[in-house]
Amino acid sequence: MRLSLNSMRKMLTIISNVLKGSASKNVARVVAARTYADFTAEATFDVKKCDTHRLDDAPPTKSVLTREDALKYYRTMQVIRRMELKADQLYKQKIIRGFCHLSDGQEACAVGIEAGIKPTDHLITAYRAHGYTYTRGVSVREILAELTGRRGGCAKGKGGSMHMYANNFYGGNGIVGAQVPLGAGVALACKYLDTDQVCATLYGDGAANQGQIFEAYNMASLWKLPCIFICENNKYAMGTSVERSSASTEYYKRGDFIPGLRVDGMDILCVKEATKYAADLCRAGKGPIVMELQTYRYHGHSMSDPGVSYRTREEIQEVRSKSDPISLLKDRMLANNMASVEELKEIDVQVRKEIEEAAQFATTDPEPPLEELCNHIFNNDAPLEVRGTLPWAKLKSIS
Amino acid sequence: MALLKSCVRSGRNVFAVILRREFHKTAPALVQVTVRDALTQAMDEELERDERVFLLGEEVAQYDGAYKVSRGLWKKYGDKRIIDTPITEMGFAGIAVGSAMAGLRPICEFMTFNFSMQAIDQIINSAAKTSYMSAGLQSVPIVFRGPNGHSAGVAAQHSQCFAAWYGHCPGLKVLSPWSAEDAKGLLKAAIRDDNPVVFLENELLYGVAFEVSEEAQSKDFVVPIGKAKVERQGTRITLVSHSRYVGHCLDAAAVLAKEGIECEVINLRSIRPLDMETIESSVAKTNHLVTVEGGWPQFGVGAEICARIMEGPAFNYLDAPVIRVTGVDIPMPYAKILEDNSVPQIKDIIFSVKKSLNI
Repeated sequence: MRLSLNSMRKMLTIISNVLKGSASKNVARVVAARTYADFTAEATFDVKKCDTHRLDDAPPTKSVLTREDALKYYRTMQVIRRMELKADQLYKQKIIRGFCHLSDGQEACAVGIEAGIKPTDHLITAYRAHGYTYTRGVSVREILAELTGRRGGCAKGKGGSMHMYANNFYGGNGIVGAQVPLGAGVALACKYLDTDQVCATLYGDGAANQGQIFEAYNMASLWKLPCIFICENNKYAMGTSVERSSASTEYYKRGDFIPGLRVDGMDILCVKEATKYAADLCRAGKGPIVMELQTYRYHGHSMSDPGVSYRTREEIQEVRSKSDPISLLKDRMLANNMASVEELKEIDVQVRKEIEEAAQFATTDPEPPLEELCNHIFNNDAPLEVRGTLPWAKLKSIS
Repeated sequence: MALLKSCVRSGRNVFAVILRREFHKTAPALVQVTVRDALTQAMDEELERDERVFLLGEEVAQYDGAYKVSRGLWKKYGDKRIIDTPITEMGFAGIAVGSAMAGLRPICEFMTFNFSMQAIDQIINSAAKTSYMSAGLQSVPIVFRGPNGHSAGVAAQHSQCFAAWYGHCPGLKVLSPWSAEDAKGLLKAAIRDDNPVVFLENELLYGVAFEVSEEAQSKDFVVPIGKAKVERQGTRITLVSHSRYVGHCLDAAAVLAKEGIECEVINLRSIRPLDMETIESSVAKTNHLVTVEGGWPQFGVGAEICARIMEGPAFNYLDAPVIRVTGVDIPMPYAKILEDNSVPQIKDIIFSVKKSLNI
């Protein structure tokens, strides 16, 4: 008797569910394993049309997603989500101190932008940077260890939450808006050195009113720099809503003479398509361009902000239930048979494990040695003497 | 004749200048070069040597530089490497720093350092601190240069000296040249340095000609950063200064020499790092110290030297307290008589020397 593929599937699911209830996870995994042939290899999704400013066309309203990419994006967003929640936990335990600005809710921005650019492109952002540090190649271990101020941190414990760097990633910047001219400068270098690289230069709705951003817009436009100015509009600058801070909340139009796009920042595919469109435009020498990502943060501005004095819990809950970026991707994947519930659950389990291990490292790794206190003041320089707290405390600094 | 012209320009008397010449070691093939030309040469040579070096700032290209320091460079190197910016210091300083982070070697000109205040966040927070914050991952090889301190009749908002402000910050190197050799050698060293350097020029020195040795005419001549120069040997008292006032100290020394008082004159060259070793060795020899600067007294360069002398071995060699000759603690006035009396004069230096020596 031949079983139909469908009834086979049903049987396997039942068996695996039963076995999951009992002892060994490994067994369940083996029984529940399904071949890739069962899943949709690739699907096309509708994405919201971007509002445009001074553009004759727009990013495509259809996005092709492969199963492989879908799983990658899902996993990456989950890593960021769980990493941020772990940071929240460690902060409340007083193992992380100082500033800690979390980006849970905004995962589609970091992952979508990275999907739309190349690893050889450049990116710079402000202080809500943990997600970008990860997408730009730094491990969760090194990020968490930097937050806990240990020697295994990506900046050896010298930088902290707001000052993490990687190849082609210029931080992590603490001064609101200052990173925007820096990003335009990186774009200038890309053009000067005759590469086809672009620089994604991020800032928030709060920074969007900074004068230096308009100075950067002007020069980037004059000199046609390959700079994608990206405004992550999460509706609140600390406790000030966009309506209370900005005479114009159409951030994608604020570049005036610079073309702009307004993008659904909760939909990773919309972000990806828009970023790709913007990057292609810049690579063709038609840059710069402004992109506004409409997104939302679940946490308050930072760990010292409960985040409910200037917005309602209902609003936060509504976004969580209707627009969560990870749920949106998950629903799409499941509805189109791109993955199974079990497979995604398994990814969740692995991610939790990875974060847990990283947190374990971050809490047990020793703090930087005092001998390192004065190092790295300068780059590629002879050792120098540094004055300590006392006149006869002559400390040493090496590059 | 060029010599006389340069004396008139600098307002010093001819006699003093001729006397000063005697203390320079004469060497074969000496050439007279103005500070301005020395700076232009330095930039030209470094632009030629390294493709990643470029200059940006207001009026640096087609205008040949507000003070003509970049004369001829745009004609030679073109739009890509000599960039005229709009009047947006915060923006273009930030762009310069970003380009340095991404692999270029910018020279960012401020028309005067007074305007650098608009960009000071980019200089300190984006440039100076980055190597440390990134634990050495991210370097920022940039030079910020331009005229610093007072000029002639430009009044309060255009006359501030920033040596103390920038000298305060770890992560920066701060240079203050006096002679043409200083200007050329230090600017070349600054451009070749992989770290943020603040290069404080002086508008009144631009037109002053100095003898430049054959060695200093070479394309590879650099002056080491962090080392002061003894411009004049002496035994009785040490005068320490930077930038324009080194000349004043030498002039005062010439007058005092006639009275048998031989002053040792030290040209700091570097504000940060400060070469205390040279100052301390000198004080160990002379037992008396006078500092001379154009900037304000409170928390200034002289104040720092005093503090460090006190903390170091030279304290035990002092026969009198250190005397600071500084600018008057006021915003710079406009009227000539007021302006002249707002800055150190040669007579102030002579008076301080005699006070220190109890003469």
